[in-house]
Amino acid sequence: MEENKAGLEAVQYIVVKIGSEQYGIDIKYVDNIVRLQKITRVPKVQTYFKGVINLRGEIVPVMSLRLKMNQPESEYTNAARIIILKLEPQAAIGLIVDEVKEVVTLEDNEIEKVVYNAKDENAGFITGIGKHEGELISLLDLNAVIGERENA
Amino acid sequence: MDTSQYLEIFIDETKEHLQNLNEQLLVLEKEPDNADTINEIFRAAHSLKGMAGTMGYKRMQRLTHDTENVFSEIRNGKMKVSADLIDTLFQSLDALEGYLENIQQTADEGTDDHEPIIKQLNDILANGTGAAPAAPVTPAAEPKKEAAAEDNKKGRKYKNIKLEEHEISAMKEAYKKNMSVYGMTVYVQESCILKAARAFLVFKALEEVGEIIVSEPSVQDIEDEKFNFDFSLYLITEANEEKVKKVVTSVSEIEDVVLEKVENVEAFSGDREEKTEEKVEVKEEKPAQAAAQAAPAKQAAPAKQTAKPVVNRTVRVDIEKLDALMNQVSELIIAKNSLVSISSTENSESTLQGLHEQIEYLERITTNLHESVMKVRMVPIESVVSRFPRMIRDISKKLDKKMELYMTGEDTELDRTVIDEIGDPLMHLLRNSADHGLESKDVRIQRGKEEVGSIFLNAYQEGNNVIIEVGDDGNGIDIESVRAKGIERGIITPEQAETMTDKDVIGLLFMPSFSMAKKVSDLSGRGVGLDVVKSKIESLGGDVEVKTKLEEGTTFIIRLPLTLAIIQALMVELGEEKYAISLSAIQTIEDISVSDIKYVQSKEVIHIRGTVIPIIRLDKILDIEPREEEPENLTVVIIKKGDKLAGLVVDNLIGQQEIVIKSLGKYIDNSKIISGATILGDGEVALILDANVLI
Repeated sequence: MEENKAGLEAVQYIVVKIGSEQYGIDIKYVDNIVRLQKITRVPKVQTYFKGVINLRGEIVPVMSLRLKMNQPESEYTNAARIIILKLEPQAAIGLIVDEVKEVVTLEDNEIEKVVYNAKDENAGFITGIGKHEGELISLLDLNAVIGERENA
Repeated sequence: MDTSQYLEIFIDETKEHLQNLNEQLLVLEKEPDNADTINEIFRAAHSLKGMAGTMGYKRMQRLTHDTENVFSEIRNGKMKVSADLIDTLFQSLDALEGYLENIQQTADEGTDDHEPIIKQLNDILANGTGAAPAAPVTPAAEPKKEAAAEDNKKGRKYKNIKLEEHEISAMKEAYKKNMSVYGMTVYVQESCILKAARAFLVFKALEEVGEIIVSEPSVQDIEDEKFNFDFSLYLITEANEEKVKKVVTSVSEIEDVVLEKVENVEAFSGDREEKTEEKVEVKEEKPAQAAAQAAPAKQAAPAKQTAKPVVNRTVRVDIEKLDALMNQVSELIIAKNSLVSISSTENSESTLQGLHEQIEYLERITTNLHESVMKVRMVPIESVVSRFPRMIRDISKKLDKKMELYMTGEDTELDRTVIDEIGDPLMHLLRNSADHGLESKDVRIQRGKEEVGSIFLNAYQEGNNVIIEVGDDGNGIDIESVRAKGIERGIITPEQAETMTDKDVIGLLFMPSFSMAKKVSDLSGRGVGLDVVKSKIESLGGDVEVKTKLEEGTTFIIRLPLTLAIIQALMVELGEEKYAISLSAIQTIEDISVSDIKYVQSKEVIHIRGTVIPIIRLDKILDIEPREEEPENLTVVIIKKGDKLAGLVVDNLIGQQEIVIKSLGKYIDNSKIISGATILGDGEVALILDANVLI
C-alpha cells in the first residue's frame, strides 16, 4: 500500500464497520464481497480463523476481523459480509465484517499517517487515518492483518 | 523475430541430449572402443551445438563446440579414450547443464565462460592428436570462402532483388559517405530446423555492422519462415567484405554466403531500375520496417533477462491417451443429452427409471474420465532416475569405493507433481547408501563380499501406491550404536532406550539433525539428511520405512500414492461435522462395545483378533463437544501406517466417496491433522483427516 500511495493521488477504499469503528480496505485487493454463509470450522488453527467456506468451488479460509483486532466476538447480523481479498493470485482469504457501508475516494491530503506505537498492539494493522465528510476511517494494512501468523 | 517461442523446445531437447550424452559417456567409460557409442555421442554433441547457436547462446555454443572437437577426434580414431578425458567431458556436461539451468530461469545463459574446462578440452586435443588445436573455427571457415568464390556465379540471387527509387538513393548516399554497399545471398543448411531463427540471427548480426536496406523475401516473410534455404539482401556498411562475411558465417548452420561489393551504384541500379520500374510500387517502407522490427527485438532482449517465468512446466502426452480422453468427453456429451431429453418427457414412471440409468452411465463416464486425466498426468519415473548412474559414478570416484547401481522398474509411472519432488529425496538416499552404507574395500573383502558394492533402486506399483526401494548390500544400520548416540545426544533417556524397539530406534535416524557419520564429508554427515527425506515424502502423502540387517545391508522403502488430486475416501460424522479419511489408510471398521476398551499405561486400547490397538478419541483431538452420554457401542475406524495401527472413534459412518482434494491455503496454520478440504455434493465443505499424522 505504501508504493500505491506514492504513485496515485487518490485511492478508493471500501468502508466497513466493526463495532462502532469504521475501517477502510483498499479496493484493489478486494476480489469479492459475499453474504455470510456456512463456515466450516477447522480444528487446531489460529483462534481468529473462523474456518473455511466454499466460494464457487474454491476453499477460502475466513478470519474474523474482530478477533484479529482483539475485540470481543458478537453475533453477526444480517448486515454482516465476508470480504474476499486476493493479495496474491491463488491465495484468497475472507474477512468477516459487521457491515459494508460504502466506497469512498480519499485524496492524499485527506489521509493522516499514523506513527507506529509499540504499546498499542492494534496500531500495526493501520497505515493511516482517512477523513471523509467529518468521519474518521482507519485504513487497514492488509498485509499486516493477514500476514501475522503468530499473533493468535 | 523473437526466438523465445522456440525456447521451450530448446530446453526440452537440450535436456534430452545432455541426458543422452551422460548415459553414452558412462557406456564409453566401460567400453572405450564402442564405435556406435562414439557416433551417438558425436551426434548428440553436434545437435547440441547447433541448437545453442540457433538460440544465440554463444558461451554454450563455444563449450559444445570444443567438446564436439574432442569427440570428433575420438571418432576418427586419432585419440584414445582415457579416464582423464571422461572426467573432463563430464565436467563440461555439468557446465552445460549449468547454462541450461540459467536459461530455464532467466532465458539467459549467464556469464560463466568455463574457461578452465575449455582450456582442458583443448589441452587434451593438443596432447591427444599432437596438433595445435588453435582457432578451430578458422580452418572450417577457410574452405567455405573458397567454395563461395567458386559458387559465386550461380549463387547471386541477390541480383534479382527489385530495387526501389529511395533504396537506390540510400545507396548513393552511402557512397558519398564513403561507405560500401554489399549485395549478398545467404544459404542456410538444408538440415537446419529453425531456419527463420538462423535468418534472424544473420539479420541481427548484420544490423550490428551496418544497415540492411532491402531483403528478398521480406523480413516479415522470413520471420514466418516463408522462404527456402536462401535469402538475399543489400547492406550498407563501413566494414570491409571480409568482416561482413565473417559476421554472417559466425552464425551456425549457415551453409554459405555469396557476397559482392556493389562498385558502381549508378550503373548497377540504373540497370535494375529499367527492368523493374513497373513492379516496384509494392515495396514500400521495407527498410523502415526492418529497422523497426530489429529495434524492439533489441529492446526486448534485456527485458527478458529480468522477466522471471520463462518456461511453463509441460508434460509430453501420448496421443493415444488424448484420444481416449476425447472419446470419454464425447460420451459425456451424449449422457448430458440423454438427461436433457429425459427431463423434457412427461411420463413420470419411466422417466425415473431412465434417469437412474443415465446417472449410472454418467458415473461410469466420470470414473473413466478421472482415470484418463490421471494417466495424462503420469510420467515414468525414468525421467528422474536416469541421472543417478552418473551420480553414483562420480561418488564412486570421489570416495574411491567401487560400486555399481542396479535399477529396475524405470517405467513405473507417477503423477507429475510427485515426480518433480521425488528426485532430491532419492538422491539423498542413494548418497547415504554409497557413503555410509557400503563398507570400504578392505572390510568387504574381510566379510567375504564382492569387492564392488551394489546399490539398487527398484520401483514398482502396488495397488494404489508406487513403491520405490533404495538399498545397498553394505554395512547395515548398527542399531545399538544408534541407541547409544540417541542417549549421548540427549534425545532419549537410558531408560527409554531400553524399552525402545529396534524400529523405534531406527526412527531416531529420521529426527532432525541426527547424524551418525563420524566425520562430515561433502556427501553426507551434516545431519540434514533423513529428516528432510522423510518430511518431503510425507508432504507427498507417502511414507518411508527402513529394513536393515547388520553387515548385510539396508533398504529404504518409499511408498507414494499414485495420484494426489482425487482420492477414494470414507466420510464420517462427528457431532455436526463431517470429515473424510483416505480409504487407502483404512484397514477395517469395527463396532465395539465400550466395555471392550482396556487401559494400558492409562491409555485406551482395544484388543481385536490378537492385536492391541490404541484408541484415538477424534472428538477430543478435534475439539468437538463430546456427546452427552456415551453410547454402548462405538464405531471405530482402524487406520494403518506402515505396520502401526490406531482406532479412530467416530459417531457415524456416511459412506465411501470419491473426493477432490483442495488445499486450505497458506494462511491457515493447523497442526497438520487436516491435510485439506473437499466440497461435497451439496456444496458443504468437509475436512480431510491425515491418518499419517494421527497415528
